[in-house]
Amino acid sequence: MNNAAPDKFSTVEEIIDGLGSVSYIASRQIATAILIAQNLDKPVLVEGSAGVGKTELALATAEHLNIPLIRMQCYEGLDESKALYEWKYGKQLLYTQVLKDKIGDVLQDADNLEKAMGRLHDFTDVFFSEQFLEPRPLLKALQEDAGAVLLIDEVDKANEEFEAFLLEVLSAFQVTIPEIGTIKAKNPPIVFLTSNNTRDMGDALKRRCLHLYIPLPDAKLEERIVAARVPDIDARLRRQLVNFVQGLREADLKKLPSISETIDWARALVLLHTDELDAKLVRETLNVLLKFEEDIDAAAPVINELVRKSVRSAGVGGRATPT
Amino acid sequence: MQRQLEDFIRSLRANEVRVSVAEAMEAHEVVAHVGYADRALLKDALALTLAKTVGEKQRFDDSFNLFFARDQFTGEAGEGDDGDAGNENAGDAPDTGNELADMLLADDREGLAAAMEQAGRDAGVGNIRFRTQVNFLARRMVDRMGLAELERLIAQVVLGEVPGGQDLADDLEGQRTRLLGEARNFVERQYELYGRFAGQQLREEFLERTPLAAVDRRDYVRMNHLIRRMARKLASRYVARHKRTRRGHLDVRRTLRVNMAHDGIPFETIWKQKRVERPKIVVICDVSRSVAAAAQFLLMFLYNLNEVLSDLRSFAFSSYLVEVEDILDAHNIEDAIPKVLDKIGFMSTDYGRALDDLKTQFGDAIDRRTTVIVLGDARSNYGDPRADIMKWVNQRARRVVWLNPEPESFWGTGDSEMPRYRPYCHVAKTCRTIKHLERVVDDILRSGTRA
Repeated sequence: MNNAAPDKFSTVEEIIDGLGSVSYIASRQIATAILIAQNLDKPVLVEGSAGVGKTELALATAEHLNIPLIRMQCYEGLDESKALYEWKYGKQLLYTQVLKDKIGDVLQDADNLEKAMGRLHDFTDVFFSEQFLEPRPLLKALQEDAGAVLLIDEVDKANEEFEAFLLEVLSAFQVTIPEIGTIKAKNPPIVFLTSNNTRDMGDALKRRCLHLYIPLPDAKLEERIVAARVPDIDARLRRQLVNFVQGLREADLKKLPSISETIDWARALVLLHTDELDAKLVRETLNVLLKFEEDIDAAAPVINELVRKSVRSAGVGGRATPT
Repeated sequence: MQRQLEDFIRSLRANEVRVSVAEAMEAHEVVAHVGYADRALLKDALALTLAKTVGEKQRFDDSFNLFFARDQFTGEAGEGDDGDAGNENAGDAPDTGNELADMLLADDREGLAAAMEQAGRDAGVGNIRFRTQVNFLARRMVDRMGLAELERLIAQVVLGEVPGGQDLADDLEGQRTRLLGEARNFVERQYELYGRFAGQQLREEFLERTPLAAVDRRDYVRMNHLIRRMARKLASRYVARHKRTRRGHLDVRRTLRVNMAHDGIPFETIWKQKRVERPKIVVICDVSRSVAAAAQFLLMFLYNLNEVLSDLRSFAFSSYLVEVEDILDAHNIEDAIPKVLDKIGFMSTDYGRALDDLKTQFGDAIDRRTTVIVLGDARSNYGDPRADIMKWVNQRARRVVWLNPEPESFWGTGDSEMPRYRPYCHVAKTCRTIKHLERVVDDILRSGTRA
């Protein structure tokens, strides 16, 4: 990989096309977010219900720009040593053990304790150098000279202190390691933070980020997404199943099926060699779409009606010939 | 253009989209990058920088559409005939010597829009707060635009002092009506942009400081909204963390055990952790006659708290004590509160009895991790207050908090037993308004996580 920064996007259309080429169908809002994020070096906080493609967005961006993706999964209790850097403690110990004899040699002609200490001090720098530094995701992202996509996943799971610490790193794209010095990113990474809203994010973090909300897609967009992700599905079945899912989202469910579920379902139907939706099949495969027992029960009475409607509105066009 | 963006941000703030100074600066930066030409792009880009929650995005959309719709002088009021008449006249006699009349007759929309904008600014329409101000401000605006001169001109035309005859007079009269209508529309839009929510904010701020007992019935919904918002805020802090690593303190015992395999050389280190326990909360709410007015809100608070906190046990009493969790869980707030009040509310108070019930029936709900919150006025009709049970509660629970809707100077007067309970409370505070309530509960949760 070369050391030059990846080309910056200049228009929204360019981004939509670019992401489309790696089968991510982006809305204008999403493309605008990337445009601004890249040009003004701002992190993007992506919110939306599970499975609408938040993580996928980061993956697609990295793939399209051909830069590495560095991912950091957040959880409760995540701290600096796991997010930023850590000293390779074991390696340091091992080296001192191995080098014991050498140290003996070095210290041999030191005739008093003071001199020996002085000698040892000269060596501490050896043990606190980059060889013994274990870079964790944040530091790694800053060290990528050609830029990177940094994905901080589910940032709402980490605690508030960590949020504050993130702010510090993300505002200047640099960190200071006391033993070594300040490390500054040559090309600031494109940062995506995702959140599932398990808790309200701190105001400070929100203020510093661009805020992108990805809603559940409308039928047209969803159809294009399915087409991009499951290319070998028949166009008519695709329309039917998207219509069905759209209808299902209007029901009173605990967890509405999102895009990832639609895609899984489409894949399942392709595997089952389906060419038309029918109520029985839907009932059998509904557990791909709905993940709660209550939801499946709640959806049961409307399935017949929904299937009829979605088949009808998908049009009567002749059966596609299998390819 | 910069001015316009500033105005827009002001309208956002008035519509409950919080925009900080830093974000406003960022917006300028973003606009400098994307430009004004592509409206859809501008909207998306600004939404990213300024609106940071789903609700805010919605309000942002509304404001954006409203705001950028305003710089057209739409001519809705008298489009049809008047508009045509204006255009016809534009050919032959647009020169009446009055600038405003000329613009109206020539149907110069841009000019009129600009004049209206200017007049609006002069008349201070942007500071509108209530709908009742619309007429007044619209009038002030047209005055600034030169309505008086226009009327004088019309009079002169009618009298024949200025040539033009009856036709021109009718025309001008029509245009005058149209102008008034436009001005009204303009002010209405400004009200939608800047005033509507500002008025509501004012009302909410006022409610926060009103004693609970004095709140009007028609404000219940808004009150509930306020209380819910507070409960949410408190809950999110409460749920946050319960384990905290203390970096720098080695847990020697566990480190040694883990590293036995490495011949005792500590390859893996384990640091001491401090476990922060979530407070278990028991709330006891007085709903008797003496606190009737405040009980509604105490219950409202209890209801919302119950919704957001998982391990909360809630009780209510007048004389005997009942657990009300089931009622609160099963019904929505409109039904739940009357149900609780029907069941046990508005009877005469007996704190002694209620405390006795607490000890004998629900004693196991209180242990060393529990925070007990009592909501009530401690007026017990001269019955035995059973302060001994309060002492027992105090010894068992981690904290006892008493929130009393009466001001402190009333404590101990008449049948108030507050002075006898007070020694057994870690915190005893007046809680008359939402602001009080918020401060107290905040305090409870914070101490819960720090212990």
